[in-house]
Amino acid sequence: MTAELAAALAALTTRPWTLMEVCGGQTHAIVRWGLDQLLPPGVRLIHGPGCPVCVTPAATIDAALQLARRPEVILCSYGDMLRVPGSASGDDLLGVRAGGGDVRLLTSPLQAIGLAQQHPERQVVFLAVGFETTAPATALLARQALALGLANLSLLVAHVRVAPAMAAILAEPANRVQGFLAAGHVGTVMGLAELEALSARYRVPVVVTGFAPQELMAGLLACVRQLEAGQAGVQNAYGSVVRPGGNPAARALIETVFAVVDQPWRGLGVLPASGLALRGPYRRLDAQERFGLTALGGADPTANPCISGQILRGLAQPPDCPAFGGACTPDHPLGAPMVSSEGACAAYARYRPAAAGASIRP
Amino acid sequence: MTDRILLAHGGGGSLMQQLIRQELLPLYGHRAGEPQLELHDAARLALPHGRLAFSCDGYVVQPLEFPGGDIGKLAVIGTANDLAMAAARPRHLSVSLILEEGLPLALLRRVVASMAAAAEQCGLRIVTGDTKVVERGKADGLFISTSGVGTLEQALPVRPAAIRPGDQLLLSGDLGRHGVAILAARHGLDLQPPVLSDCAPLWPQVETLLRAGITPHCLRDLTRGGLASALQELAEGAGLELRVREADVPVIEPVARVCDLLGFEPLHLANEGRFLLVVPPQQLPMARSLLAPSGGVWIGTAAALGAGQAPRVLLRTALGTERLLLPSSGELLPRIC
Repeated sequence: MTAELAAALAALTTRPWTLMEVCGGQTHAIVRWGLDQLLPPGVRLIHGPGCPVCVTPAATIDAALQLARRPEVILCSYGDMLRVPGSASGDDLLGVRAGGGDVRLLTSPLQAIGLAQQHPERQVVFLAVGFETTAPATALLARQALALGLANLSLLVAHVRVAPAMAAILAEPANRVQGFLAAGHVGTVMGLAELEALSARYRVPVVVTGFAPQELMAGLLACVRQLEAGQAGVQNAYGSVVRPGGNPAARALIETVFAVVDQPWRGLGVLPASGLALRGPYRRLDAQERFGLTALGGADPTANPCISGQILRGLAQPPDCPAFGGACTPDHPLGAPMVSSEGACAAYARYRPAAAGASIRP
Repeated sequence: MTDRILLAHGGGGSLMQQLIRQELLPLYGHRAGEPQLELHDAARLALPHGRLAFSCDGYVVQPLEFPGGDIGKLAVIGTANDLAMAAARPRHLSVSLILEEGLPLALLRRVVASMAAAAEQCGLRIVTGDTKVVERGKADGLFISTSGVGTLEQALPVRPAAIRPGDQLLLSGDLGRHGVAILAARHGLDLQPPVLSDCAPLWPQVETLLRAGITPHCLRDLTRGGLASALQELAEGAGLELRVREADVPVIEPVARVCDLLGFEPLHLANEGRFLLVVPPQQLPMARSLLAPSGGVWIGTAAALGAGQAPRVLLRTALGTERLLLPSSGELLPRIC
């Protein structure tokens, strides 16, 4: 199936094209399956900023580290967040845990409710990250926390929105992206409307794509077919999962609990209307206010010589970085794309490290 | 006797004697014709002439009981399997228990019974042991450390450095069951039917191979880090490139599904009853047929390195593309054995 799609793509392609897969899960699958080895010459994939772990600002991580060091706090988050370095290289939640901080790994935000109920004398803080895929679950947590009147639960929120980040990439003068494979899972919540506006404004084809090898190859084929025909529209190549209208209930939940705000992205700077912050009565749950933390908007020091900002913009590939595989490895990440398995650098380090993999095509 | 372990159970007094005599001595079973165990400071071993293998391992798995096994079974079989990987017949085992104050006695009894059964299954004797109790909070229920002695049953050394270019790589069965059993227990995944740990003695399979005239260049059990770590260690130990075909590596459907859900690779998951066999090329057909009844398969080949090339493991995917197979950092899978 994948091979047939690759053959169809090769037959169709007459010119070089540069496409971006937005989502880190797609990047991981592409590198894991070596899909770029099956592409016709000239069709190039660059990896997008769709890894929420990677783009969470260092200032937010610093705040989480600061909170996790307080004896009364139970700091909880998703697994990958535990290894993200703050603004000081090597300073992460795992290290705080080893030093006696109470850091817990959750698989669902709602587990924080149980923790708060079991430990009424402690303060439970959930570090909430992710795109529109995880935001509804955080919103649900916020709603239940208010309904239950839990006084010892708060949220450190760094949720981000995908479409504004895609727009920022297209607006960049150095942009090379000619078509997008959009993130399938975000589509399940957001539907196609935002993407249609984006596609029309910047005249780029956008194909909502899944994560299996044949789904990715089908997405690539659909995208190149549009480019070769001079078209620029939104196509849903993940129709088995994504409905055009998305999930209105999940979106309503997001809109109830969060307001759209400008948000700093690690390595990318502040992107307009790209973040979510607690609104109205839900601001009572804001960990930043509860603990009197200073504003989290500050500058985002990136460890030299890490080039993660360029990698997240699609302007460079991981092996282009002087630190890749040397000073920066999955065990000692300098930049966030090396932390999460969805980060482009980690995917390369896992499947294609420069030194040992030099002879692997292409 | 109380129904929980007290600090006094490790204090050297009457409660400790009671614990040893009533609860632990059944562990040190003896076979007909062999002397009953003496309660003395050291065991005296009668071994056939020849060379010995010696191995030790610590067991800190959580949860203590999981689908298909428990920490006791793992502690006996794990060390016995390490001996088998040196082509040694497991003979004698030591058991050191570190118990946390408050551990339910019923749980200890189940673990001890499980150790006795596993020793019987492996054909080895538990000949010496030690028991300590630490304060509540200083251990996670129960830690076990075992050491084993075995007799080498093949004259040629079985080790990574013995692997030669052209050698063939075989896998003794499907991958990932132990890792998934532990993950499911830990994450509260209610798998129906449950995936059971593959925890099982490897010596019977190794003995069958040796008796049939197979002379393994290397054997490696696929515990922590799974096949990926084992292959990487062998590639480095041998100074070779190992080439593996992913499509030929068997993984049962429920294991593949859990991996998909939690973002793990079956090749990184721990196994407690699977091993990698490396044989010279002329022995491949016989090794395949000997391993086939237990689900064993041929998965790849060892090759010489190109000039200036570092040892590596190259995986050919089902799509025909190639990538490196690297060990996982493994930190989200703590304490699986």
